[in-house]
Amino acid sequence: MFIQQLANGVMLGSTYALVAIGYTLVFGVLRLLHLAHGEVFMVGAFAGLQVVLWWHFGPFVALIAGLVVAALLGMVLEVVAFRPIRKRGNSHLAPIVSTIGAGLVLQEVMTKVFGAEQTPFPSDLGKIAYDLGFIHVTGSQVFILAVAIVSMAVLHFFVTYTRYGMAMRAASENLQVAAILGVNVDNVVLVTFAVASALGGIAGVLVGLNFNAISPYMGLEMGIKGMAVMLIGGLGSIYGAMVGGLILGIVEVLSVAYLASSLRDAFAFGLMILILIVRPRGLFQVGIRAER
Amino acid sequence: MSAFLRVEGVNRRFGGYLALNDVSCEVARGHVHALIGPNGAGKTTLFNVISGVLRPTAGRIFLDGRDYTGLRPDGVSRLGVARNFQQVRLVRQLSAVENVMIGCHAGIYRGVAGNLAEFFGLGGAEKAAREKSREMLAFVGMAGKAEVPVDQLTLVDQRRLEVARALASEPSLLLLDEPAAGMNPTELDELKTLIQAIRDRGITIVLVEHHMRLVMSIADRITVLSAGTVIASGTPSEVRQDAAVISAYLGTA
Amino acid sequence: MLSSYWDSVCIFLGINILLGISLYIPMVCGLISLGQGGFMAIGAYVAVMLTKAGAPFVVALVAGALVAAVAGLIVGAPALRIRGIYVMILTLGFGEIVRVFFLNFEPTGGASGLGGIPPLTELWQIVLSCVLAYLLVWRIRQLRFGRAMIAIHDDDLAAEAMGINLTRTKLMSFSLGAFIAGIAGGFYAHYALFIDANQFDFSRSAMTFLYVVLGGTVNPFGPVLGAAIVTLLPEVLRVVQDWRMTVFGTLLILIAIWRPDGILRTAGFRK
Repeated sequence: MFIQQLANGVMLGSTYALVAIGYTLVFGVLRLLHLAHGEVFMVGAFAGLQVVLWWHFGPFVALIAGLVVAALLGMVLEVVAFRPIRKRGNSHLAPIVSTIGAGLVLQEVMTKVFGAEQTPFPSDLGKIAYDLGFIHVTGSQVFILAVAIVSMAVLHFFVTYTRYGMAMRAASENLQVAAILGVNVDNVVLVTFAVASALGGIAGVLVGLNFNAISPYMGLEMGIKGMAVMLIGGLGSIYGAMVGGLILGIVEVLSVAYLASSLRDAFAFGLMILILIVRPRGLFQVGIRAER
Repeated sequence: MSAFLRVEGVNRRFGGYLALNDVSCEVARGHVHALIGPNGAGKTTLFNVISGVLRPTAGRIFLDGRDYTGLRPDGVSRLGVARNFQQVRLVRQLSAVENVMIGCHAGIYRGVAGNLAEFFGLGGAEKAAREKSREMLAFVGMAGKAEVPVDQLTLVDQRRLEVARALASEPSLLLLDEPAAGMNPTELDELKTLIQAIRDRGITIVLVEHHMRLVMSIADRITVLSAGTVIASGTPSEVRQDAAVISAYLGTA
Repeated sequence: MLSSYWDSVCIFLGINILLGISLYIPMVCGLISLGQGGFMAIGAYVAVMLTKAGAPFVVALVAGALVAAVAGLIVGAPALRIRGIYVMILTLGFGEIVRVFFLNFEPTGGASGLGGIPPLTELWQIVLSCVLAYLLVWRIRQLRFGRAMIAIHDDDLAAEAMGINLTRTKLMSFSLGAFIAGIAGGFYAHYALFIDANQFDFSRSAMTFLYVVLGGTVNPFGPVLGAAIVTLLPEVLRVVQDWRMTVFGTLLILIAIWRPDGILRTAGFRK
């Protein structure tokens, strides 16, 4: 039973990890808290839903749709809402203000278009069940885990071995120096947003498959949890985001199984505040100073 | 002659880098004590340790016999130590006189009842602080510039303002970090007069400076720092002839 | 005199002004809270529990605000040691924790909310509170405490070296802001007559943030102006009423790009 819960937690945690990685990528390169990222995740979920509803495609195509739409949205946001601020380069507060604004816009627009209620996310995957003896997993859970693992592996490969990946890492060390050394900062930032948003979009579709329902409000909740995970793992640390996501997923599932389920959501924030008090730099420090 | 400020065996490490290595030094009351050395010698780091901004990794600091190692900067300020900053650190949103009044911060406090009184315009502490601040501005040669916003002041005036702010707290020890930077010969003369006037008020001064002529002409004693260690200490003429000093630091005029 | 509809608008305007001022105070120090909704909720629920038990309105209001102020001290303490962005995240998390708490706390209605609140809020009370709050902020800024807050905001290293106790000043400003947000919550509850946890969620905190960012963080009249614009705009422009968040979200983006210091960029009323 406990192992079953652990397995469930890992499934859930991998979606948190994907969202948190998105946050941490943007923060790593731009030192920007992308408060609209949760809404991008939500838009990705709806994109996947539309593909399933209209064209009756399966979950895999939904995934692609979510990924692509989210990536495009992320890039549009960067060009429209964040690049102008970056070019003017003065206030440290302005970029975050802009992300809050973008998030509000996205959420309301989606609410108007799709209604505020939860929309079911139909999927046949949930009906497939695998009995592995000591644990029970559904098809959708296997799918989620597989996609999450593949995504993170691809990301790792991208960041470590490709030119753009290296440029991203250089930019996250020091944006100005990277620019002086010839890195095209504008492109790197755009790619960062695209990759981060794509991961968010994938997570959105996965969450839709997992819970069989999505709503325009899922962005806010996941958004804050994603930030909490980023903090727990350490700002700017991709691996921290992965580990933090898994931790949160497991903690949440265990809390539902063994404690009052209604407080489940508070665990994310509780853990986050605990980390801020005890170890603000998170589990894996990446050289970004948290303390004054 | 007992030391007013005593630095004893101070180490300050930043990760693997030892910025201050067993630094000891004694400043006599009422003296102008200069701290010189090549760039990167650790002079500002030592200032930061003395003013409480940094904790020493090892060693102790004493003011008038009292060990205050590890005290936070606001506590050190209340002991009577004031300083300026090499890169000017003023409050841009406020006017010149308001910046000086920040120096009076501890002095204005009259308890909760006093705060309440001030809120309603009763109690004279605010008014007294403003008077004193204007006096300080005049003392450093900025009379008439009290209401000028900080970003409209010249850099030299901003440096003067920092000195006025430091003086407003009525310190017994004043730490001056390169007050002469960017000054022309006339301004240097005015600075020299100002430093002497401060000393005449009974305030002990520790001065970090690169302008050797200024240092040699007003310092009572000099300590020379190089790569985190004290390489010489004594009167200006002793230091000037010290071989170690000459080799480590070809003096600038 | 004023019709009942405009009474209502004015009351909400006043509550929003109080919220704006409540965020303005910690922001003078450089502490950016995205959790004023949480303090508002605490003030609201505590005040309602007391009025339902028969306490006079003023007592209930102040008690609710005091509890919010204590919460401000508790939340402010960890905020002392971390940098600006983290304070935003911390307060955001706090706001969510408060919301989830009240969503599950059965004695105050839980998810079904709390109704049957006595209608004790009147326009004159709100006007008076707003005037007092504004005078408070305006006067503080001229005095030692205000200078200390501004000094900390601009350069806390130098501020500390001048003898300013960072901990005390920051905690006081954070707590004072929470107090005022608690008062706003108390007024809100006794006007809306029904409250639930979701009325104090992140969008409440985000709107409060908008008031201050729009109006400007340098001038104490800024949050008042910002609250006024955001509250009254939907009354004047129908499209704003239907697409409130879209309009204000876009407004935030535009401000961030072109006028990050807000509308009122100078201190103006500085002595």
